[in-house]
Amino acid sequence: MNSKLTRRRFIKGVIFSGAAATTGTGIYLAANAQSGQSTAERLITLNVNGRERRVDVLPTETLANTLRYKLNMTGTKIGCNRGECGACTVLIDGVPNYACSVLTQNIKDKEVVSIEGVKEADGTLHAVQQAFIAENAPQCGFCTPGQVMSAVALLNNNPRPTKLEAAAAMSGNLCRCGAYEHYLNGVMRASGQLA
Amino acid sequence: MPSHDVMPNMELYQPVQVEDALAIADRLADRGWLVGGGQDTYGWLKDRAKDADALIDLSAIESLRGVRETADGIEIGALTTITEVATNSVIQDKFSLLSQAAGVVASPQIRNVGTLGGNVSQDVRCWYYRRGLSCYRAGGNLCYADTPQGMNRDHSLFEASRCVAASPSDTAPALVALDAAMVIRSVNGERTLAAEDYFVGPANDILSTTALREGEILTAVKIPNTWANASFYFEKVADRNVWDFSLVNIAAAFKVSGGVVEDSRIVCGAVQCTPRRVTNVENAIRGQAKNTATAESVAEMATDGARALAHNGFKIPLMQNLVKRAISA
Repeated sequence: MNSKLTRRRFIKGVIFSGAAATTGTGIYLAANAQSGQSTAERLITLNVNGRERRVDVLPTETLANTLRYKLNMTGTKIGCNRGECGACTVLIDGVPNYACSVLTQNIKDKEVVSIEGVKEADGTLHAVQQAFIAENAPQCGFCTPGQVMSAVALLNNNPRPTKLEAAAAMSGNLCRCGAYEHYLNGVMRASGQLA
Repeated sequence: MPSHDVMPNMELYQPVQVEDALAIADRLADRGWLVGGGQDTYGWLKDRAKDADALIDLSAIESLRGVRETADGIEIGALTTITEVATNSVIQDKFSLLSQAAGVVASPQIRNVGTLGGNVSQDVRCWYYRRGLSCYRAGGNLCYADTPQGMNRDHSLFEASRCVAASPSDTAPALVALDAAMVIRSVNGERTLAAEDYFVGPANDILSTTALREGEILTAVKIPNTWANASFYFEKVADRNVWDFSLVNIAAAFKVSGGVVEDSRIVCGAVQCTPRRVTNVENAIRGQAKNTATAESVAEMATDGARALAHNGFKIPLMQNLVKRAISA
């Protein structure tokens, strides 16, 4: 988002000019520059699924918590809540990340895409979602939002992956039902390599 | 013992200049906690096993990111992500040993946010320590792992001193093998340490695995051209291909001329609290042919001085075999 880049540059500009004008320390973010020693502000703007959202975020709140309990986007699942299962995978600037292990305060100038944001505006499912249905990939379904996000990120960067590449890209998402092969077939189908 | 999985409420500083980060780190001293990608940090905090008043988040400091070529090698900013280290073309060209090591760290999502500085500065993975028990490393006066009932198959073979936890990092052995130097800054200036001296065992400091002191920040890792394009070997052995920490890993660099080893670095991870250089093997193979016969003749030396605990004896033949493979390859 251009507005976001501009905001980041603006903040940097403020910081550089601020640094020139002060002798001491304590120039952190633009919003904190006046108070000097203060920490992260709580009311921040997030870009989630292409929409700007104003949210009151605690300093150490994780993105998974913000999405689920502040923005009511409960599609992102919290499995282990410690970066060991992948159920909470979301895209941050297009890169898959564990939402449970990223601070919301860290993504103020980034774009987040969660499972709610992968379908088309008219409600048509993403090719990965359709392929997962066709391959009966989800069993209990709890890990599925995370699996979809990892597959979407892979196909955005590598539209025709080999099965090994797909397995590597999906390796950060556990499925306790053990439906890995079905998910992999889904990825291959979504990439048009499986009729 | 209660189990938690939500973050405690703490202060958060997000400096964008390294000078500001240094000033905050200096002011907060032991009440401040430096965070890169946070993949080690958040577990400690969610478990309430360690705490601090404030997090000092370094991830917005752009000057600490990226790979730069210098006159005598490369310099990698400490906040460069593991994914960037694994895929950077200069590192792949000259120091593929490090690319390989970075490529097998944890899982794709963790590599996307975890940093090189964090990977070499992460705390040990002993589950008793991480559960918040008052062991030696936590300032107490006993070890729960080195006991008849202790679960210690992931722990150390060498140089244990009260604490038997092993080095968890995959990139650390590669950096030691490449003679890397760690650049450390504080408000008082800058110092540079050889990678080998950056990692500290329990005999020297049982409370910290690195030479970083309060108020100091690891800002960069420098790799000299000494081992550029040498013959490299990296292998990680773990229970699972993804996420898991190494049972034993090996990073080796050989300068070979006419089939003969002129010089080498052979470093194993996860066998002691710091990456272990196998110097006796390095010396033994100097001037020898780099082949299976040489490998067979020196492999056993690799574990001279090893002291197995109740459940980690398998690491001895494992380490010998990895040394053998590295020299045979």
